[in-house]
Amino acid sequence: MKSAIIIFPGTNREQDMRHALNRAGIESEFVFCNQKDLPENIQLVVLAGGFSYGDYLRTGVMAANSNIMNAVKEFAHNGGLVLGVCNGFQILCEAGLLEGVLMRNTNGRFICKTVDLKIENNQTPFTNSYEKGQVINIPIAHGEGNYFADSETLKSLEDNGQIVLRYTDNPNGSQNNIAGIINKKGNVLGMMPHPENHVDDLQKNQEGLGVFLSLLK
Amino acid sequence: MKIRVIITLKNGVLDPQGTAVSHALVSMNYPEMKSIRQGKVIDIDLGQNIYNEDMMHEICRKLLVNTVIEDYKITILEE
Repeated sequence: MKSAIIIFPGTNREQDMRHALNRAGIESEFVFCNQKDLPENIQLVVLAGGFSYGDYLRTGVMAANSNIMNAVKEFAHNGGLVLGVCNGFQILCEAGLLEGVLMRNTNGRFICKTVDLKIENNQTPFTNSYEKGQVINIPIAHGEGNYFADSETLKSLEDNGQIVLRYTDNPNGSQNNIAGIINKKGNVLGMMPHPENHVDDLQKNQEGLGVFLSLLK
Repeated sequence: MKIRVIITLKNGVLDPQGTAVSHALVSMNYPEMKSIRQGKVIDIDLGQNIYNEDMMHEICRKLLVNTVIEDYKITILEE
């Protein structure tokens, strides 16, 4: 499998992401956001974490309006797999590829720690190597991970099984303990926690690796 | 011509920044306020461009404002 990792000014998790993809045997190519086209023959686009454009105006909004995002939208509309982690999740929401928005954590602080996540839906290309209901432990590192959507949107996310990951102990005020959601079509996933940071022996555990192994199934 | 876009959080959307400001005031021994909500002001000098209201609303919706959580108002500062 081949993937493209999009780099915006301020993206800083691209090497971690590449390492995690490598661990699962997925090739990756860095693509800068001012480019108009994605590389050919890729099956996956990854938006890694960081602070794109310094989080100016609103987190993710500048990146969401950059050149490459038109190509990413087209790729997604054609059924290509898109994974957004942390700032990548914020960018996907601002780009309209996912519903809702990530707001400042309710405690007003940047939170950096490992959290437990429950796999609510394992029938997705990103979570099919986990069991439904399985709890995995991976890190979060964000100041704005507080998921918000209007009640109608929340209900449809719940009804359609689009809430893929939930915090067991809500760290940031997210509605319905949401840590990660998928679009209706099931090919675009956004999540605040960092699966790429729990993928090998040097780290606390390898419970994030399943996200990348799932992509190969 | 100069215009000003005022962006505020919609009613019912929690505002952790406003809450933090509110707490800071109390810690500075000011009285506790009923509520503090933080927003944004964006001033735009159009220069030689002719003011196009539709285009300005489009700019607000596409970039300046996230209408899921924010309301906005465009005011004219200087003709």
